[in-house]
Amino acid sequence: MNHWFILICSLGYLLLLFGIANWVEKSTNRGLRLINNPYVYALSMAVYCTAWTFYGSVGRATVSGVEFLYIYLGPSLGAPLVFLMLRKIIRISKTHSITSIADFISTRYGKNISLGAIVTVLCITGIIPYIAIQLKAISDSINTITSITTNDINLVNNGIGSNNSVIFLLVIGITVFIILFGTRKVDATEKHEGMMVAIAFESVIKLFAFLIAGAAIVYVLFNGWDDLFLKASTLPTHDVISSLQGEHIYFHLFLLMTLSLFAVLFLPRQFQVAVVENVNEDHLKKAVWLFPLYLLLINIFVLPVSIAGGIHFGSKAVNADTYILALPMLMKSNWLTLLVYIGGFSAASSMIIIETIALTTMVSNNIVAPIFFSLINLQDNIDKGIRNWLKTTRRIGIIVIMILAYLFERYVAEKFSLVSIGLVSFVAVAQFAPSIIGGVYWKRATKQGSLLSIIIGFIVWFYTLVIPSIVEAGYLPHTIIQNGPWGIGLLNPTALFGLTGFDLITHGFMWSILINAVCFFGVSLATERTPQEIYQAELFVDVFKQTNVADNGNWVLNRTASMLDLKTLMLNLLGTDKTAQLLASYEKRHKLELTRLDQAPPHLISVIEKVLSGNIGSATAKLMINNIVRQKEVGLQEVLSIIKESQEVKASNIELKKESSALNKLTEELRVVNNQLKRMDEMKDEFLYTVTHEIRTPLTSIRALSEILQDNPDLEEEEKNTYLEAVVKETERLSHLITQVLNLERYESGRQKLNIVSFDLNEAVMEVLNTTDSLRKEKGLKWQLAISSLPNIKGDKDLLKQVVYNLVTNAIKFAKLQIIVSGFVEQHFVIIKVIDDGEGVASEWHELIFDKFFQAQNQTLKKPEGSGLGLAISKRIIEMHNGKIWVESTPGQGATFCIKIPLI
Amino acid sequence: MSEIPKILVVDDDPFILMSLEFLMKKSGYKVVIARNGTEALNALSLDPPNLVLLDIMMPDVDGYAICEHIKSTPMLAATKVIFLSAKTKQVDIQKGYDVGADLFITKPFSTRTLKQQVSDLLNKK
Repeated sequence: MNHWFILICSLGYLLLLFGIANWVEKSTNRGLRLINNPYVYALSMAVYCTAWTFYGSVGRATVSGVEFLYIYLGPSLGAPLVFLMLRKIIRISKTHSITSIADFISTRYGKNISLGAIVTVLCITGIIPYIAIQLKAISDSINTITSITTNDINLVNNGIGSNNSVIFLLVIGITVFIILFGTRKVDATEKHEGMMVAIAFESVIKLFAFLIAGAAIVYVLFNGWDDLFLKASTLPTHDVISSLQGEHIYFHLFLLMTLSLFAVLFLPRQFQVAVVENVNEDHLKKAVWLFPLYLLLINIFVLPVSIAGGIHFGSKAVNADTYILALPMLMKSNWLTLLVYIGGFSAASSMIIIETIALTTMVSNNIVAPIFFSLINLQDNIDKGIRNWLKTTRRIGIIVIMILAYLFERYVAEKFSLVSIGLVSFVAVAQFAPSIIGGVYWKRATKQGSLLSIIIGFIVWFYTLVIPSIVEAGYLPHTIIQNGPWGIGLLNPTALFGLTGFDLITHGFMWSILINAVCFFGVSLATERTPQEIYQAELFVDVFKQTNVADNGNWVLNRTASMLDLKTLMLNLLGTDKTAQLLASYEKRHKLELTRLDQAPPHLISVIEKVLSGNIGSATAKLMINNIVRQKEVGLQEVLSIIKESQEVKASNIELKKESSALNKLTEELRVVNNQLKRMDEMKDEFLYTVTHEIRTPLTSIRALSEILQDNPDLEEEEKNTYLEAVVKETERLSHLITQVLNLERYESGRQKLNIVSFDLNEAVMEVLNTTDSLRKEKGLKWQLAISSLPNIKGDKDLLKQVVYNLVTNAIKFAKLQIIVSGFVEQHFVIIKVIDDGEGVASEWHELIFDKFFQAQNQTLKKPEGSGLGLAISKRIIEMHNGKIWVESTPGQGATFCIKIPLI
Repeated sequence: MSEIPKILVVDDDPFILMSLEFLMKKSGYKVVIARNGTEALNALSLDPPNLVLLDIMMPDVDGYAICEHIKSTPMLAATKVIFLSAKTKQVDIQKGYDVGADLFITKPFSTRTLKQQVSDLLNKK
């Protein structure tokens, strides 16, 4: 294929990206938020897979077997851990309007300017070569396609065609895209919707291309997996697991996985897509499995392609990195070759785009802006040009970074092995791990600890990874990596302190991260935190817990600035519209009229500082705010008191919540008790009414009869006697009733004490039967006794006798012919039954007849003489003995009243 | 109306029944007694009385039902009803008048007043 054709295809593809990004931005303006979608989010995270994945994995698999997988296994296995940490980092970043990883570290350690600058420098140093190898991958792939014919495939990598100009044009195309869609807004916290969707689209393309190519190679070039592996087995040297042997192998793999875990978190492009561009924390829930799934899919065909390449080109000088492209060419399929090329181009371009945006934001917010804003004096210089200046700076930044990457690719990259550059970059960003992880989970971490650990980590990285590369490239004498510098073996960059048996990457990673971490923790413990650091540590580490610290902080820090100064600052940096909009919404939310204030409220200053952070980075924003603010020196005591206060507020909130729920519980209990009392009150009323009602009947007779006796002195003697007897009888009935009521009241109130004695139950029952014998005879009833010898029991003899008496007299009232009394022991209880052959009791009354005055309230029952309290009293007495009383009866067939008392 | 007024006394309490029977006879009325609701309904159907002294709470048929029966039977249109009851709640008394009672007297009552009230009611047209 002609390289101009390739150029046109590449530019066409870029135009497609332009179209997508543009369409998305327009849709967003119309309110359609494509970016608010977990799939777009997860796919944009797949920017992790660069051209290095696309081409390099096959190469690495060919050289060292399945080892290539570990940099994908790390993020996959560690996904839950990664996403847990991401959630916290995202929350923190949103709270503080953080725009980049440099901003994150600088903000955590007291918004320190030099820390942000150091991180930025380290990122640029570590990442530009990484961008360069993406360009190199594009260049190599074009070389592969254009400079050979399929008959002449062994010329791969030898043909340096006239494609330099092609690459240069592509670099320009990509640069234009970044400038157009990456710098539309000055506020770096605002999302690049169009760009993100384009990146997600690129992720789909590169996965699609690799899968199609892989499938075609396995199923068309070979006859499926079996055929492929069968042919592979005839190859003498191809051993895919060769890498899983040797010294320290497991430690080596563990280090690789850890390294890739750090990379997926801390590579500037990963931070950009996962944190800065995140619009909804909930998207993480989908990404946590979608992202590992993507990594799995894109790696499925790596080994087969590597094996297939080995079979076809094993003896020839074809770079394994280009197998995925060379095999379709071998198949003479132009469209497949082009598809693979576009896949590789999309992998490279997506990485370049995001990485450049992230780096530019860092450079402009953490290096250029602090310098620029410390030089100008805003008060004298109300100039709308500042906003445009910021944009221009970023655009220049993008161009400079692209030029650097291009120059690196052009003049340096070919002197180094491609594959290792990616991992060298990984190790570079891994140097942020202690400062970020420590900063997010450990309050005691200090600025000095972070600064020193990053610098030392950086130096060790440079020494163990960059120096050897420079040596390999021939710029330094080879003896350095053979005998150590100046012949000191312990300082050998590839075997530091005599450590051997590791490859360059794991060796460098282990030493740099180890020294870095030791330094971070050691220095942090040895130094004190400034008040600002204590404050930021609190906000970072407790981001999920505390909302009060920031609010309290505003008042205690007590910053004041003139409204005029603040407004000037805002107009310069945010523009007229945004300023007016911000102030209006602030006035509305806090019900204030800002125009009437001379001094800006401290809270407003904090709000504005946060907004500015999103535009120019937190350290610069703090610098700008401090220029116009009159602030008393904030002492340690004040900051500690803010934190203490908000913790106290939190504690007292928890306490209040507890108390409130306890109070609710109490109220509920009170309501229940109150209802009970009400019901008891009603029952008491009912009881009283029934009692007076029961009293009225005998009282009526007594009064009527007495009046008759009084009014009729001439009554006959016999009649007189009848009436007088009736009066006496009714009086007895009345006093019995009253005694019963008082008894019941005593039992129910618990004032009745049991007089517990051990007594002979047989004897007691017999005594009752004797006293009721006359009553029985009066009604002409027969006894039938079935009392087996009952044991002595402990209880109140008189009361229990009364119960038996009540039951027997009841039975006598209702019985027609005979009464059966039986008593026996069953398990640990003694049971007494009194059986009559009367009308019986309907089952619905079985419980109710033990209620007070049941008869009185239910006039449909045959009402015999009696107080109507006997059963209620009996029930209370039996319950006081921990026993049970009940009735068994079928209407018309008599009733059996039973009592059951425990034998103790 | 030279005829001697006839009074039906209904109560399930034997002593109250006894005293009422005595009182009414002493006042010169013809007296029929009933010990429960069923007996009362029988007596009513045999020979309509001029007045009924009626208890309310009885095991079989309660006084309210008997009163309703009296008031809805054309043959008993002239029969007056006096409730004599231990029920003293206002709702119970109201219910008595609602079913058509001419008077509601709560127990215990004064025999002297009762005599007067009976005669007043009988003389009223």
